[in-house]
Formats: sequence, structure tokens, C-alpha cells
Amino acid sequence: MSSPEQWTGSGPESAPAATAAPTAEQVIAGLRATDEGGADLVQLLTPEGERVRHPDFDIDITPEELRGLYRDMVLVRRVDREANALQRKGQLGLWVPLLGQEAAQIGAGRALKPQDQVFPSYREHGVAWCRDIPPVDLLSIFRGTDNCAWDPIKHKFHPYTIVIGNQVLNATGYAMGQRFDGKVGDPDGEATICFFGDGATSQGDVHEGFVWAAVYDAPVVFYCQNNQWAISEPTERQSRLPLYHRARGYGFPGIRVDGNDVLACLAVSRWALEECRNGNGPVLIEAFTYRMDAHTTSDDPSRYRLSEELEVWKLKDPIERVKVHLVKQQWADQDFFDSVEAESEQVAIELRDKCVNLPDPSAESIFGNVYAEGNPVLEAQRDEFLAYHAGFAGGEH
Amino acid sequence: MAAPTVDRPTDAGPAAVRTLTLAKALNTGLRTAMENNPKVIVMGEDVGKLGGVFRITDGLQKDFGEQRVLDTPLAESGIIGTAVGLAIRGYRPVCEIQFDGFIFPGFDQIVSQVAKLHYRTSGRVKLPLVIRVPFGGGIGAVEHHSESPESYFAHTAGLKVVSCSNPSDAYWMIQQAIDCDDPVLFFEPKRRYYEKGEVDTASTTTPLFSSRVLREGTDATLVAYGPMVRTALEAASAAAEEGHSLSVIDLRSLSPLDLGPVYESVRRTGRLVVVTEAPSESSISGEIATRVQQECFYSLQAPVLRVTGFDTPYPPSKLEEEYLPDLDRVLHAVDRSLAF
Repeated sequence: MSSPEQWTGSGPESAPAATAAPTAEQVIAGLRATDEGGADLVQLLTPEGERVRHPDFDIDITPEELRGLYRDMVLVRRVDREANALQRKGQLGLWVPLLGQEAAQIGAGRALKPQDQVFPSYREHGVAWCRDIPPVDLLSIFRGTDNCAWDPIKHKFHPYTIVIGNQVLNATGYAMGQRFDGKVGDPDGEATICFFGDGATSQGDVHEGFVWAAVYDAPVVFYCQNNQWAISEPTERQSRLPLYHRARGYGFPGIRVDGNDVLACLAVSRWALEECRNGNGPVLIEAFTYRMDAHTTSDDPSRYRLSEELEVWKLKDPIERVKVHLVKQQWADQDFFDSVEAESEQVAIELRDKCVNLPDPSAESIFGNVYAEGNPVLEAQRDEFLAYHAGFAGGEH
Repeated sequence: MAAPTVDRPTDAGPAAVRTLTLAKALNTGLRTAMENNPKVIVMGEDVGKLGGVFRITDGLQKDFGEQRVLDTPLAESGIIGTAVGLAIRGYRPVCEIQFDGFIFPGFDQIVSQVAKLHYRTSGRVKLPLVIRVPFGGGIGAVEHHSESPESYFAHTAGLKVVSCSNPSDAYWMIQQAIDCDDPVLFFEPKRRYYEKGEVDTASTTTPLFSSRVLREGTDATLVAYGPMVRTALEAASAAAEEGHSLSVIDLRSLSPLDLGPVYESVRRTGRLVVVTEAPSESSISGEIATRVQQECFYSLQAPVLRVTGFDTPYPPSKLEEEYLPDLDRVLHAVDRSLAF
């Protein structure tokens, strides 16, 4: 790929051939999606479980820490699969699968310090796990019992954002506040991390967020999980350039990391968050990964991508490569893997039970918390509604 | 409802009464709010050194610094979207949108995030955010500079929408809006910016989200807000010369609507004419007409009539005198009402 500096000509001839739109065959076959991600890809653990060194983003990891990352990913995948199954059984109206993106999320999530703020999109179940959000709280959104069951202030994990890209500006504003409050400039400083997908990079709010973050030196890590598909639209429908290259145009670093490599994601995220805490933000991270399941349970990927693409990405599975590495290093035995498996089953059983027993909200709660200081017109509407219900036998809803 | 009030010392004496333009009253109100609360910040395009395109924020950056008066990049979604994050962080941002027709790039953030975060989080996240919008026509401007988009926001649950019509209200309402824990869309009548009036900076007795009866009458009631309040008052004076006694009510709050005083007045006069610059279809004027016929059906002597802008895009400025309700159109509607 040519570097952007070369693009100084005024005519179309100056654009390098590498920027040509993909052919239909390339898009359909997902050939670009299965590319290793380019020479700049930061990788510390190969799909074969081999540890490799990187000159800028290496990391020291203890056996215990790596076992912890493995456990996180297995449990989060089990939560995700259970939620998917619960949707199929009619217990959830919708689910947004994270299958395949465990490393991208656990790597970033475990790089966070308690004082950091997280602004998620709607697929960040793994990051929520790292912020101690009970998985059933995520399910309540998709079961329709709550819009955000957790306390975003307490967990420093903001509500899921369904409108694509809105949270990028909200996160940037929050990070501006961190800087205004003097909370950057030393290792105990604060940082904000914002999650969004490759499709979101086409949204104006993401562009505006990059502009604001740059001009106000906001301590925010923009964490783009490029899972190759925005529902049915491939990354090539969002950009001619690799997404991490865009950061250069805004004046901050952009890094592409192997999003299926939890060590690389942890290392790059730690570095980026430290940059922000030290006052050197913002940073863009493109976690190059793959959405192994549908966009949501309402989606049908077989209509727009070939199964061969999936088969290629299965070989890059984020959990298997850690398992192989643990075995090769003799950092974990069969008992460990069995215990994690058993724990994941227990998590799934508990999640199933909690999901089906989520209480329905009261009808009156429709009217609650619309305003902080009330609204007499709405209160009159609520009173009329409650009086109407009270007119039924027993006064029950 | 616990309407926000801004209590100031009432023993400031006669010196507290000043004559100010509406623009200067807003500027003074913003300054007072910033002095009283270090978390209040002003942000928007050109609000710093220039003092805003209408100079409403004149001098604030000089006195409060660049971190409290932010000259932002040029993008409305960015202004509002980052203000959301700042509000979550504990700030009380006051965003300036330069002109009414430019608010639409920020519409998504306003209706998707600003309006819904408190509800989405069961009240755990408050959005004490003010979005100031100079609105309405009559200044001979080009396209997109003279619109009345307030109904879009009044239609969205979670937002509060107000409009001032005189310097005293401008001074107090901007401070009350900033004190409010709910997001407030603050519509300023740009063609009244340079009209003067008395402002008692020592105290106010009017809560933000309430309408006010400006003139009592017996034959018909006029309801208006923002730039049309003066037109309604002039119409009432002209009607008085013809022997008709009109009430005039300034709504001030468009969401929530405080229609109690309107109902009282209509029960006495039996007639209502609503005067706004905004197009009539699916509008605040239509909402008022609906509620008044529901509440005052047996008191009405005539159908509720509306004098509004037309259901067209805002026309070229050479035509805006035809488009905007004026004294004659208001009096014509009063005559039609009285003739029933």
C-alpha cells in the first residue's frame, strides 16, 4: 500500500493502483478480508500459537495472566453462545453475537485501569465482562426489560449505543472533560476508550469525533473493531484506505493490530491508554478481526459471504491459539482447561436461569425518568393511564 | 413539578434594574451563570474572540478563558455530541447553534442521545445541556437563516423547549435553563435581539416552564411566543382602538406547555387565536388548538384560529413580509373569530 504522502498529484492518475475499487469477485470471496492485514499488523501470537516479538509493542506476560485471558475469552464466548441460543428459543428478541471478536475485546478490556471510561457500541459484551457488568444485564436489553440495566457511572461503562457512531462524539467530549479537569499528564491519569466498527467509520460523527479529539488533545482511544462486514457491506464499501491510515489525516497515531491475538490487543491498548493518560492522545487502533456469526440474529450472512471465508478465519481463532501456546509452554494442563470448561457451563446455566426470570418492568415505568425535573403534561398522561388500568377488575395491569 | 428557580438577593435596590437589549440581557445572563458555577461552559462556532455571530457571547472568552468558552470546529453534531460527553463528565455546556437552519446536522445527537440518555439509564445519567438557537425570520437573511424548527424538538420526549420574547425573560430564562437538570432547547428571537427593555437583575418570580399573561382582555385571547409576542401585543393595542379587548399570553415554554392560563383566559373570552411564525402543519400551534378544544369545548364561541407561517420552505427575504404573520393578519383572524 502506498503511503498517503505520495498522493500529492491533482489528477486521478496520481492515485496508486492499490486504491482501485475491488472487483466483485474480490468482495464476494472476501479475499481482502482474509488478508493477513498488511505488513504493519501488530501480532505477538501467531494463529499456530507461536510467540513472536514486536519492536514497538512487545509485552511481558506471566503464565497466570495468560491463563486469565484464556479464561475470559472462553467464558465470554460461552455467554455469547448461550445468549444466541436463548434468542433462538424465543427468550430474547434479538442478540448481537461477538463470536470471533473475543481477543479484540478482552485485550482492550484488560488493558483498562479502574479510572478509565468506556463508551461502547452494542457488541462489546467482552469489554462489559471486563468492567464487571453481569452478563444478564446485557440480555435485559435484548429481552426488552431495560435499556441499560447497569449503572454506567459506577462501572465506567456507558450504555450501549445503537445509533452508529454517536458514541464517538460523546466519548470525545467526555475525554475533553478529563483533560479540562487536569486528569491527564501522569500514569495515574484518566483515559477514555471508545468502541465502534468498520461500518461506523463512514459516519460523520466518527469523522467529527476525530477532528474534535485532535484539536483538543483529548485522551481518547478510538478502538475500531474491523470485523470486515457492516451487516452485508464489506470494508471496501467504507474505505479505499486501510482504516488505521486515516488517523494520519487527523494528526494522531493509527495502529493496526491482529484483532484475533489477545496479547497484541492487550499490548497495543495498554500503550494507547498510557499515551492518553500521559496527555499524548488521541490514538486510533484498528483491531483487524472477523465477525464469525451474523451481524445480529436477524441477519443471514449466507446471502452475502461465502463459507470459504469463514473457514479461513476459523484457522485464526483467538481462543485456540492461546490454548496451543499454553500447552506448548506447559503453562496449563488438562485440568485447567477442564475447569474453565466446567466454569463456562456453570456461567451458562446461571445466565439461562437469570434471563428467563428477569422481571417484566411495571407499566408505570414507561413514564419514569423521561425528565430529571418532571413534566406536568407527561405526569397528567401517566395519571390518566394509571386510572384507566385501575378501572379493570382488581386494578391489575 | 420542581421548576428550577434562580434565587438572587432581593435587596439589591433600584440599581438592579437596568435597561438592556435582549442580546445584552442574554450576554449578561450567561456571564452571571458562568460566574456562579465553574462547571458552566459555552461552546460553538465563533463564540470566543468574535463573540458569536450575534455577539451574544461577547467578552466571555476574554474573561473566562478558552477552556470555558470553546471556539469549536465547524460541525453541529460535533458541538452537541461532545457537549453530551462533557455533561456526563459533570459540566453544564451551553451550545450555540449559529442559525436555526443549521441545527439539523446536530438533530441526530439531540434526539438520539441528548433526549434519551436520562431515560435509557433510569435517571443515573443527567444531561444538563442547553442548546441556544437564534430562530425565526425578519432580518432579510439568505436561505437556512430564518427558520422556526421548534416543533421538531417539542415533539421529542426528553427535551424541554423554551423561547424568550423580551430582555427580562432573556436574562432570567437563560440562567434558569442552565440551572435545569434536563436538556433545554433555548430559542432566541433573533429579530428582537436589539430591542430594549427593563431587566431587574435582582430577582425573578416566574418559573422557567410557565406561560405568562401579558395583557388581560374580555373579547378574545391571543397566544404567542418568541418574536410574535410583540406582534400580538401590538395587535391587542390596535384592536383596543377599535373597541375590542384582547388578552395576550406569552407561552415562554413550548415543551412542556403551560396552558392553564390559556384555558382560564379562553373560558372568559370564548375565543382563541394562536400566532406563530412556524408552519402550521403538525406544529405547536396545532397542539394548542387541540388541547384548548378538549379542555374548553363548551366555552368556545368560535373555532380556534391560527395565524402562522405557511407550509412552505422559508421564502427569499424579499417575500418574508408576506410569509410572516403581521399586525393585519392577526387582526383579520381576530375579526373572523369575533364574527362567529
